[in-house]
Amino acid sequence: MLRFLATRLLRAAVTVVLVVTFAFVVLRLSGDPAQIIMGADAPPEAVEAFRRAWGLDDPIWMQYLRYFGAIIGGDLGRSMRDGRDAIALVAERIPATLALTIPALLIKLCIGIPAGITAALHRNSPIDRAVMVLAVAGFTVPSFVLGLLLVLVFAVQLGWLPSGGQESWRHAVLPILTLGIGGAAVLARFTRSAMLEVLGQPYIRTASAKGVPWRAVVWGHALPNAAIPTVTIIGFMVGSLIAGAVVVESVFSWPGVGRLLVVAVANRDLAVVQCVLLLVAGTMVTANLVVDLLYGALDPRLRSQARGA
Amino acid sequence: MGAPLVAIRGLTVAFAGAPALRGIDLDVAPGESLGLVGESGCGKSVTWLAALGLLPGQAMLGGSVRLEGQDILGAPPATLEKIRGRRIAMIFQDPASSLNPVHRIGAQIMEGLALHQGLRGTAARAEAKRLLDQVGIPDAARRLDAYPHELSGGQNQRVMIAMALAGRPELLVADEPTTALDVTIQAQILELLGRLRREIGMALVLISHDLGVVAETCARVAVMYAGRIVETAATERLFAAPSHPYTQGLLGALPPFEGERRPLLAIPGAVPEPWAMPQGCAFAPRCAQAGPDCGATTPAPVPLAEGHSAACLRAAPAMVPA
Repeated sequence: MLRFLATRLLRAAVTVVLVVTFAFVVLRLSGDPAQIIMGADAPPEAVEAFRRAWGLDDPIWMQYLRYFGAIIGGDLGRSMRDGRDAIALVAERIPATLALTIPALLIKLCIGIPAGITAALHRNSPIDRAVMVLAVAGFTVPSFVLGLLLVLVFAVQLGWLPSGGQESWRHAVLPILTLGIGGAAVLARFTRSAMLEVLGQPYIRTASAKGVPWRAVVWGHALPNAAIPTVTIIGFMVGSLIAGAVVVESVFSWPGVGRLLVVAVANRDLAVVQCVLLLVAGTMVTANLVVDLLYGALDPRLRSQARGA
Repeated sequence: MGAPLVAIRGLTVAFAGAPALRGIDLDVAPGESLGLVGESGCGKSVTWLAALGLLPGQAMLGGSVRLEGQDILGAPPATLEKIRGRRIAMIFQDPASSLNPVHRIGAQIMEGLALHQGLRGTAARAEAKRLLDQVGIPDAARRLDAYPHELSGGQNQRVMIAMALAGRPELLVADEPTTALDVTIQAQILELLGRLRREIGMALVLISHDLGVVAETCARVAVMYAGRIVETAATERLFAAPSHPYTQGLLGALPPFEGERRPLLAIPGAVPEPWAMPQGCAFAPRCAQAGPDCGATTPAPVPLAEGHSAACLRAAPAMVPA
């Protein structure tokens, strides 16, 4: 078990390092922050001074080593725009993002899972078809289209809800719905197929042959098995609590981490972008680690494998 | 035979219009051992899955299945749940996938004990241990906490049998219980089934594609072909005087235990598909003895002797082809 955990942790650390390195290289190759931040018509001396001040005139490997050393010391750098600590800039945006993504996650779970189970239990019935039509519609429509559609209906036509901003809870309703509907659709489809797979297994027939009432077969025998693949996708959703709202935050001008990222990338505000990416990679990797541990709890076969590893 | 425990009459099953069973008549007496033999797809398993209401919803059922006089075919779920496991238990071919991988085997046995005997807690655990002992699993107390993947195929089949015994059924239907197992383990499982039947006094229906397996365990055999029973007889008589050409073919395909070695005979052709059943006798296209009359009508079972009947126009005791 300890060895299992150790290899997973090591793998997680490698993932984070790769993400950080990749971001570092790509950001520096794809545009000159000095030019962008100072403006196209800034005097060359000023741009040069900016470069020197931020160490941008050093070779890229030296910048990378310096950056990496700072990270290990807990320093993620400062924003090139206003000189504030990148961590503080990002941290103050996190609550706004979570205010959207956590309720959205609850919607995904509370609608997606029951819908998927119901559809699977009534396979090929009108209920199943209705759920599947909605699910396909829900996850094929991109979130910015869905967001704009909701704005059109509920903000422009009906005037019930505001179309953007963060003044009250009413401003959060449409972005939460936009995020929740798409995710619920994905989860419904996934849960349905996991459930159908399990319901076709011989042990389900065994349980019925034993005289177990159908409800108990579903709850006691089918769901615990169907939970195993479903946990993967839920883990992915939990992992994207921080980064999953980039598009929706932009559509609804919601001042969260996602919008900060978009603005920072446009400005080549390197420290901020890297700080956000580090945070995103960190949550994703943590969620994956938790999923791996949950697998062990849900599936005794994997538990024995981990013990043997 | 006295009053049968289970009496199946005119049982038909069709999937999407294709007939899987085309009128099964079969009695199972209390405590008897009956073998149900035939090639895969002939409807052996479907017969009992239909009786217990375990077929998918789109299956069309007809006829009747009476359990001590009560028709249970298509009965409401509440009725069937009181019959499944408690009066008629069923075990299946692949024990590894027939047990739930995420539950301990003790819990899976105790589920049946709770349902059928109202046993819970330590009483249930003690009874589950006793059942594992009874089916010959060593170190039963510790095995209760094992998961199916930690046991071998043979041990899992023993667990399946223990689970089936939990409801103290009057009839155990064993659907190809040894097909997925090694030959040595097969013999042990068959021996166990035979011993349990005698000890507990339950009836046993052994479904197999292997006449040899059935011959060792069962006193009576019913041979199925393409959704019908073509011959029934006491096992000894069936081997000595098979009357239906299909039974003769099956016996001819078995290696002889005694006497001179001879080439094994295969039955030419293949089982007809359910949606392309020939007119008249379904076996006629593969039958060496078939004549023009065989394609005209579906032959009814002809009684040949006490407890022996065959559904063939040519039915007459005949020897195994040499």
